[in-house]
Amino acid sequence: MSAKEQKKAKRFGMVIDLDKCTGCGACMVACMAENNVPFKKDESNKLDSITWMRVFKLTNGKEYPDADVCYLPRPCQHCEGHDGHSPCVSVCPATATDYSRETGIVSQIYTRCFGCRYCMAACPYHARYFNWWDPVWPKGMEKMLSPDVSVRMRGIVEKCSFCFHRYQRAMDKAHLEGRRELAENEYQTACTQACPAGAITFGDLNNPGHAVYKLKQSPNAFRLLERLGTNTKVYYVSEREWVRRAGDNYLAHEKTGQVAAAH
Amino acid sequence: MSALEEKAKESSDNNGGFAILFFIIGLAASLIFGWVVFPKLLYSQKKQPFDFSHALHNGLVDNGCQSCHFFREDGSYAGVPKLAQCVDCHEDVQGETEDEAVFVNEYVKPGREVPWLVYSRQPDCVFFSHAAHVKSGGMDCKTCHGPIGESESLKPYEENRITGYSRDIWGKNIAGFKSHTWDRMKMDDCSECHVKNGVRQNSVQTEKGACFVCHK
Repeated sequence: MSAKEQKKAKRFGMVIDLDKCTGCGACMVACMAENNVPFKKDESNKLDSITWMRVFKLTNGKEYPDADVCYLPRPCQHCEGHDGHSPCVSVCPATATDYSRETGIVSQIYTRCFGCRYCMAACPYHARYFNWWDPVWPKGMEKMLSPDVSVRMRGIVEKCSFCFHRYQRAMDKAHLEGRRELAENEYQTACTQACPAGAITFGDLNNPGHAVYKLKQSPNAFRLLERLGTNTKVYYVSEREWVRRAGDNYLAHEKTGQVAAAH
Repeated sequence: MSALEEKAKESSDNNGGFAILFFIIGLAASLIFGWVVFPKLLYSQKKQPFDFSHALHNGLVDNGCQSCHFFREDGSYAGVPKLAQCVDCHEDVQGETEDEAVFVNEYVKPGREVPWLVYSRQPDCVFFSHAAHVKSGGMDCKTCHGPIGESESLKPYEENRITGYSRDIWGKNIAGFKSHTWDRMKMDDCSECHVKNGVRQNSVQTEKGACFVCHK
């Protein structure tokens, strides 16, 4: 990569405001519909169900009147590690998952994956899912699938792609109009647009003109399991300290956010 | 040497000769099967709904290939024309060919789309941007599609019985040799050009093209 390209390199990422999230699950639904994610008869079986975007419920474990809950949407965190050395990419024996220096997106190539699930073991965020079965769509529904996302077969791993096909489509239009750069609103993920509370903000973390650039600098911003050095591109924001503390494994004497700053 | 030993020697000589002969026959049969019979078995031949002359149409339109194969406003590529585009000229039977009559009577009049078999159809996992190659890359159609614009009739569509893909993806040559850029269109052929021209070589794993350039 030349210096000029390096300068233009993007790091697409998210900032999710956990104080705004109501846990409605619209992001999960939008994600499944957008990405042709197969569903099962019993979606409550979490060993079998596939949720690229999943909303977790956190509680502070206190009794009324101090009880508090927080909903935490978890897409793939698109770890950068050190120079793209993300946990899943570095262990994949098939080169089926890859880190792009151009977009900062961790890809998953379904036709390349042979289902060893090493990446699933390596992922600290449980963002990867294994297809135990071939997808079965209710009759007629296969005609409603998105042609922009290829469907996955039994025996392979899949995960959130930050709706990369939307980037491809947006770039198509840019090429036609003689541009190489996208405006912020031209490429947005399905979950971002579906969130009724506006809790998710998506954009280029390297671009000072994008909303995420400022939001991630908030003193209330944190990332999940930051001290693993995964250098993720999904930031969370919460004014509540117990929520920020829940983002990592703190010992009782450690201050919130203190250890993370070392990285 | 006793008569018995002599006889044994004679027969073993004969056996050796036969063994070599059978080996050569077997080898030849295997080679013929592998290089001639198998490719024929592997691909089924399908005829297009009716014949079409690119050469004839190319002479009648003003904007070359783009007259019928154009970009949509959103940057996507229209690919094979829909019936609506053909109907402008083909409302009634024009020429005297049988194919023209088939087209008008079976497709134009009942308003049915023509089920063309697309030679260049890539597998489901492939994302190809015509806009990036033609508009930003400045490539011409011929580099990948060959001189299809000069063809006077449509060749039979050969479908791989195992994968269901068109033979144009693997290429005509079963050994995988090619003499033109458009002879094959496998991943290697795409990456060959991408590596040569340094297109988006930003993968951490391979230091070559990232997977999420052509895959979806």
